[in-house]
Parts: sequence; structure tokens; C-alpha cells
Amino acid sequence: MEHEAHNPALLHHFADAQQQKNAASLGMWLFLVTEIMFFGGMFCAYLVYRLAHFNAFAAGSQQLNIWMGAINTAVLIVSSVTVVLAVKAAEAGKRKLLTGYLVVTVLLGMTFLVIKGFEYAEKFEKHHVPGPTFNFTDKFDDNGKQIPVNPKEAELFFSLYFAMTGMHALHMIIGCGLFSTLAVLAWKGHYTPGYFTPVENAGLYWHLVDIIWIYLFPLLYLISRHS
Amino acid sequence: MSEHEEHTTHSQGFYIGIGVALLILTVTTAGVAFVNLGPFNPVVALLIATIKATLVVLFFMHVKGASEKLTGAVVVSGFFFLAILISLSLADYLTRSWR
Repeated sequence: MEHEAHNPALLHHFADAQQQKNAASLGMWLFLVTEIMFFGGMFCAYLVYRLAHFNAFAAGSQQLNIWMGAINTAVLIVSSVTVVLAVKAAEAGKRKLLTGYLVVTVLLGMTFLVIKGFEYAEKFEKHHVPGPTFNFTDKFDDNGKQIPVNPKEAELFFSLYFAMTGMHALHMIIGCGLFSTLAVLAWKGHYTPGYFTPVENAGLYWHLVDIIWIYLFPLLYLISRHS
Repeated sequence: MSEHEEHTTHSQGFYIGIGVALLILTVTTAGVAFVNLGPFNPVVALLIATIKATLVVLFFMHVKGASEKLTGAVVVSGFFFLAILISLSLADYLTRSWR
């Protein structure tokens, strides 16, 4: 009858709930390390090409909307706070509060994606989307004089911009799906103070996606304002 | 479950405080971008980004106070290999004087 007393979420190959939780957390971190290397490759490509084609990258960067980028950074930071509060609510066994925080997180994630969508729309209108219609003649110095920029190099900037922000947005879409599922399961009472590992690990994923944006924002939007 | 195991979370006020600090840093980095610091614009922007990322990793992702030392080793190894990727790539591209 010993098994009756066990936490139903505890799998039989773990000694206790803490060990199971540590194993899940370690596995999640290993996955996050692969994500760091995945995005790291794109960050590295961006740095190398920015050094090689500095002028065009600066000109491309100055076309980005710094306000939309900053607002999106703030949206993601607030969503990270609601995630961490969701984990805390799960630990305390507050089912409704947990569900509420998860739903707010999904809504903030969708807000981010909508703002990103408006930014992408602006890129299409200005013909800054790489491809046959790409057009770039927008570099001016402080006196309003046009500075020649190689459009092929500017196209490279926008290719990396769309690759990096697009891959980040895909992670946000996956995150929204993940947190919607968690919200439904949390509402049904799947998570207890003894078992809320999925909430914690999905939270780790969300924070990592937040950190990637924390670096994308200065690299793409900020550091070339005065070049 | 001894009380020893559940020290990973902080108070609600603490998390909101970290969130406010992150928002202030975001406003700071966006504001500094409009000031011409010459070569120091990227330095300041990336320094602020690193401070923000460190706050998130330590306090939101609970690396500080994690019960498993192994988790800490995995996290550090991730950033270690990222540093190798970027530093060795740049060591190559920045020293191609013939280009």
C-alpha cells in the first residue's frame, strides 16, 4: 500500500519528487543551451556582416522603428514578470491566480506579435523586404545629402533582420501555444504545489525568448543610430 | 519536502521590483541611443542588455538558488560555447588585413 501515498505525478524511476524536478529542469536547460547556440549562430553572422558592410548595415538599422522595438521590449519584460508570478502562484497552489497569469502572458505575447506585424507591414510598404522588389536609397547625412549605399549590402541587413526577428517571432508563437495549453490545464487543476514542473519549464523557455529579444533590440535597432 | 528545498522563489514585490528595474534599463538604453557617444554607443547598449539578461537569468530563471549544481554548470557551458563561437569567428574576420 506504500504506492497509494505517493504523489501521482511522481514517475517510478525517480527516487522522489525533488529528483524528478531537478532532472526535468536539467533537460530543459540543455534544450535552452541548444537554443542559445542556434540564435548564437545568427548573432555571429550579424556581427561578421555588420563589420564587413558597416555603412549599409547602419543605414538599414536607421530605417527600423525604434519606438515599436522599445514598446515590444517592455511588453516582453512585463510578460516575463507575469510568467514568474505564475510559477509563484503554482507553487502556492492558487489555481485561479495561476490561470490568470498564464492568460495574461499569452495576451502579452500576442500583443508583441501584433506590434511586430505592424513593423513588418511597414517594411513591405517601404520595399525593405529582401527579394525582387527590394529598393534602398534612404541614407542621408546630417545636412540632408544623400550618401551612396550598396543596395545589395542593405538587402543583407534586412535578410538578417527578417531571419532573426522572424525566428524569434516563431518562438513567440510556439510560446503562446504552450502557455494557452498550460492555462487550460491549470484551470482544470492539473498543477498542484507538489507538481508544477511544466509551468516552471515553459517559464524558462519564455524567459530565454525574452533574453534573445533583449539582445536583438540593441543590436538591430540601437547601436547604429549615429553611424 | 523539507523547507530547505523550496527556496527558489522570492516575494511578489521582489519580482515586480526586478521587472521595474528591467523597464527602467529599457528606457535608458533607448534614450542613450539618441545621444552620440561615438564608438561607445554599441558598448553602452550591449552592457545594458547584458545587465538585463543577467537579471532575468539569475532571478526569473532561478539560477541563483537552484538546488542542482549541475544546472549551473550547463548554463555556464552554454554561454562559454557561445563566447567561443563569437570570439574565434571575430578573431578570424577582424585579422584579415589583406581584405
